Amino acid sequence: MKPSNEEPYGYYPGCSLEKNALAYNESTSAVANVLGLKFEEVADWNCCGASEYLALDILPAYALISRNLALAASSSGSHSLVAPCSACFLNLSKVDHQMAEVPALASQVNEALAAGGLSYQPGSITIRHLLDVFVNDVGFDRISSLVTHPLYELRVAPYYGCLISRPDYEGVYDSPEYPTGLDHLMTALGAEVVDFPLKTHCCGGHMTQISEPVALELIRRLLQNAHEYDADVIATLCPMCQLNLDVYQEHVNHAFGTNYHIPILYFTQLIGLALGIRAKELGFGREFVSAKRALAKIGKARPAPKKKRKPSKEALPMPQATEVEYR
Amino acid sequence: MPSTNVTTIPTDQPDPFVTRSFLEEVVDAVPGDPRLTACLQCGTCGGSCPSGPDMEHTPRQLFAMINAGMRAEVLRSNTPWYCVSCYFCMARCPQKVQITDIMYALKRKAIEDGESRSSSAADAPKFSEAFVNFVENYGRSFELGVAARFHFVQHPGEALKMATSIGIGMMRKGRMDLTPTRIKGVKQLQTILDRARELGGTA
Repeated sequence: MKPSNEEPYGYYPGCSLEKNALAYNESTSAVANVLGLKFEEVADWNCCGASEYLALDILPAYALISRNLALAASSSGSHSLVAPCSACFLNLSKVDHQMAEVPALASQVNEALAAGGLSYQPGSITIRHLLDVFVNDVGFDRISSLVTHPLYELRVAPYYGCLISRPDYEGVYDSPEYPTGLDHLMTALGAEVVDFPLKTHCCGGHMTQISEPVALELIRRLLQNAHEYDADVIATLCPMCQLNLDVYQEHVNHAFGTNYHIPILYFTQLIGLALGIRAKELGFGREFVSAKRALAKIGKARPAPKKKRKPSKEALPMPQATEVEYR
Repeated sequence: MPSTNVTTIPTDQPDPFVTRSFLEEVVDAVPGDPRLTACLQCGTCGGSCPSGPDMEHTPRQLFAMINAGMRAEVLRSNTPWYCVSCYFCMARCPQKVQITDIMYALKRKAIEDGESRSSSAADAPKFSEAFVNFVENYGRSFELGVAARFHFVQHPGEALKMATSIGIGMMRKGRMDLTPTRIKGVKQLQTILDRARELGGTA
């Protein structure tokens, strides 16, 4: 649901965006300024518990998450809550969804909240991921009309990770395994979008802490796949994915004798560049794998359209893929 | 018919001969209906699982074991701890079994029963505990604190070396705090969490 012009989006940055994913927060707010998007941060929000609290204690885990929902629902006139972090997005929507499905759970959660003078009516706010706002509210046309520095020739592998399109409680995404919103968004920026086969495969989440060999193998697969497709950068929308692929890239190279050098950037950083915002305001330089070499490709002229091979007259008709058009 | 003295079991009390099965226990530990009893044993879950090859049992096997009442074996398996919560299995399950939520329930049960200590992934709960401890005390997560508590205590050696090199890099890039952030309403949060703990259980 798109809020009216005056209504700001409720904003839940989550712990990662405060520090390790600072670049995501910086680029989001820089881009929001240009697009005129208003994000109102939920006052005094708390951690969503990531994937840890649910492993220990269920009702406190749900109560922890629902405190944020209660604060968001009671503050200002906003009816939506936007989370840029996929894990936060999942937790918030999971609790909202399950409270609506299981009334007995909702009453237990509310009993806990009541001890802190709060309450939450499931379904009273719409939980959204930041990507959803760009894809469905701002729209590809509006974004491409504002592009001043098209990303021609930059090969971008759009990486969704898991939690945005699965389990998709809100039913927003076109496919749990093969969503396309980020692909189209990157195309709207002029980028050459890689049809990335592992786009919704897992980065391993917290697995680096549980079993390093298992985690590094999951990260290696993604880097190898992006490398095979000759991607200049991987565009992410989740702090955990960014951290694993970026910070552990050197460790993957060390463990497997590979030599990957693929910068892992937030999709908002790429939007910002295309809108002509200076790299410094978009949090560039915080990535472990430097994006400098890839960024040098930006600002080139529009490439000549690729020549199509004419099919032979005897050939059987082939199914036609939808044309990807540079704007 | 010979007359015998038949004692009837009073119906207002639980039947002493019927105990709740492990399957029912697991089902009850998940909010709503996890549809575990609908499992067809097709194996789509294991085939879709990114960490499946490193699991001691695939989710399919684990569900068959739950059905067979193999309580200790299930709760000692590394499978729930190696679940990366990617929801691939859930998206593909033809029976809509809430697999990821069941894995979380098994983690909780394994800790509760003390069986997680006998698992090959015995350290995994300690990571969750270190993480949650900061959240309960500050209202926010604190990476440096978790890394310090978890790695320095649990993993002297290689893992510690890696954590240290990453930590230093993170600080240099301005991506890691040296001190935790405390929310204003931390008392309110703790009151809510205490009450939730008292209420226990799931619906």
